[in-house]
Amino acid sequence: MTDTAEADAAPAARRGSGLARWFNRRGWADLTIATPYVWLTIFFLLPFMIVTAMSFASRTPTSPPFSFGVHDSFLNFENFARLFEDDLYRRAFLISIRNAALATLLCLLIGYPMALGLTRVSRSARNILLMLVILPFWTSFLLRVYAWMGLMGTNSWFNRLLTSIYNGLVPDDWAIRSIQMMHTNFAVVLVTVYSYLPFMILPLYANLEKLDLTLDEAAMDLGSRPFRVFLDVTLPLSIPGIIAGAMLVFIPACGELIIPGLVGNPSQPMIGRVISDEFSSARDWPMASAVSVALLFLMVGPMMLYSHFEAKAQEKKAMEP
Amino acid sequence: MNRRPVFLMSVLAFGFAFFYVPILSMIVFSFNNARLATVWGGFSTKWYAKLFSNDQVLEAAWLSVRIALTSATVATILGTMAGIALARFKRFRGRTFFSGLVTAPLIMPEVITGISTLIFFILISNLLEAAFGWKTQRGFTTITIAHITFSLTFVTAIIQSRLRDADIAVEEAAMDLGSRPWQVMKDITLPIISPAILSGWLLAFTISLDDVVITSFTTGPGSTTLPILIWSKVKLGVTPDINALATITVCVVGLGVIIAGVVLSRAERRRDLDAQMAYRANE
Repeated sequence: MTDTAEADAAPAARRGSGLARWFNRRGWADLTIATPYVWLTIFFLLPFMIVTAMSFASRTPTSPPFSFGVHDSFLNFENFARLFEDDLYRRAFLISIRNAALATLLCLLIGYPMALGLTRVSRSARNILLMLVILPFWTSFLLRVYAWMGLMGTNSWFNRLLTSIYNGLVPDDWAIRSIQMMHTNFAVVLVTVYSYLPFMILPLYANLEKLDLTLDEAAMDLGSRPFRVFLDVTLPLSIPGIIAGAMLVFIPACGELIIPGLVGNPSQPMIGRVISDEFSSARDWPMASAVSVALLFLMVGPMMLYSHFEAKAQEKKAMEP
Repeated sequence: MNRRPVFLMSVLAFGFAFFYVPILSMIVFSFNNARLATVWGGFSTKWYAKLFSNDQVLEAAWLSVRIALTSATVATILGTMAGIALARFKRFRGRTFFSGLVTAPLIMPEVITGISTLIFFILISNLLEAAFGWKTQRGFTTITIAHITFSLTFVTAIIQSRLRDADIAVEEAAMDLGSRPWQVMKDITLPIISPAILSGWLLAFTISLDDVVITSFTTGPGSTTLPILIWSKVKLGVTPDINALATITVCVVGLGVIIAGVVLSRAERRRDLDAQMAYRANE
C-alpha cells in the first residue's frame, strides 16, 4: 500500500503514541469492519450454527436435554424423517404456507393500487399520506393485533355491523346472531394483511415512483387505453417492487407467532407455534431445531438467495458510472 | 395524467380507513365506562387512573425503556460501523459473507432467531457455571444483547442507503486536499449521515420497545418488559385498561415520530439550502 509508506515517512513524533498512529492510519477502518463482524458472528451466526447442529442430535433426559451419537451413528436423521412422517408437521407447514400466501396476495391486491395512487397525488399530499402509511408501522405490533381483537369479538360494534348487513341481505331463516371471526384462519389472514400491508406498499411505492411517466404518455399517445398501458408498461416495470414486497410479507407471515397465538384457531397451529411448543412444552430441542432448519431451507432459503443476488446486482449497478 | 384515477383514489381511501379504524376504535373504547371492553357505556377516564396506579405496568415500562435505550445506542454504533464498511470499503476479506451476515437477521423468522439465541444463552450459562461456578440468569443483559443483534441490521440498512445516495465527490475533494481517510470520515462523512444515524437510533429504539417474540425467548424470571406483560394479559382477552395503555403508547409514539420527522426534514432542507447558497456564491 502506497499511502502506508507515505505515513511511515511522516515524522512519527508528531503523530503521538503508536496506538494513536495505528488508529489514524488504518486501525479505524479495521475496527469499523471487525466490531460488527465479530458481534454478528458470536450472537447471530454461532447460535444459528448450534441450532443446525442440534437438529442432528437426539433428545435425552439430561440437562441440557440433547446429546449426539445416542444411536448407531453420530448424526441422527430421525428428526427430519419425523418431519415427513408425522402429520402434525406437514399440516402446520401447509396451514402456514396457505395463510401466508393468501395474506401476501391480499396485500398485493390492496397495496399495489394504494402505492400507485400515492404516486398520482400532489407532492405535499404525498408526504403526509406516506407518513400515515409508516405511522402504524412505528406503533406497537402487538397493540395493532390487539385492536383487531376488539373489533372481531362477537359483542363488538364491527361484528354487529357486519352481522346486520349479512342478515339484511339473506332470507330471514338464514339470520345469525353474530359472526365467528376470532380463532379462525380468516382472522389470521385478515390481521396479517393489516400488520404487513406497509411492508408491501413501501417497496412498491419506491419502485413505482421511479418509473418514467413519459413512457405512459408515449403509450397513451400511441393509442393505448389506460388499463392496457398499466398491463403493458407499468406492471412489467414494477416486478422488482412486487417481489421485494411479497418477500417482506411472506417470510415473516410464515413464521408468525403472535397473530395466530392471539386470533388464530388453537387446534390448527402454524409452524411458529409448533417450533415454540416443541421447545418449551415438549422440551425436545433437537426436534424444534429440525423444524426451524426445515422452515429456513424450504421457504426462507430460496428467497434469501434471491435477495442476495438482487442486492449484488443493485450494487453493481450503483458502482457503474 | 389528465383523467382522475377514481379507482386508485378509492382504494387509497379504503386502505387508510383499514389502517386507522381499528386504532381509532381502540382509542374510543379506552374512554369507555363499562366493564365490558367492547360495549359502550358512557365516557370515563377511570382506566387511565387504574393504569397509573398499577406498579407492575410502571415497572415493566421502565425496564422496557432501559433496555431500549441501551440496545438502541449500541445497535446504532455497530450498525453505523457495518453500514460504513459496506458502503465505503469496497474490498476487504470476507466482504460478501459480511454483507450476507448483516442482512440475514432481517429476513430470519423471529421464532428461529429467538430459539437459537435462547439455546445459545443456555449453553453459555451452563458453560460458565461448569467452568467458573458462576451462576448467571437471563434477564436485562440477554434481552439487550438479542435486541442489539436484531436491530443493528436495520440501522445498517438505513446508513448504507444514505451513504449510497450521498455525494462521494465531497469526500474525494477532501482527500485531494490532503485529508487523511480518518479525518474525512470524522469531519465529512459522519456529519453528512448524522440525520440517518438519528433515524437509525429511533428505529432501533422502537423495535426494541416493541419486541415480543425475541424477548419472550431471552427473558428470565423477574424481567417482564411491557410488551411481555401486555402479551400475557391480552392472551386472556380484551380488557379496558389495555385499551388505555394502547392509546397512550400510540399517542406517544405517533407524536414522537411526527416531531422527529419534522425536525429531520427541516434539517435536511436547511442543508440543501446552505448547499445551494454556497453554490450560488461560487458562481
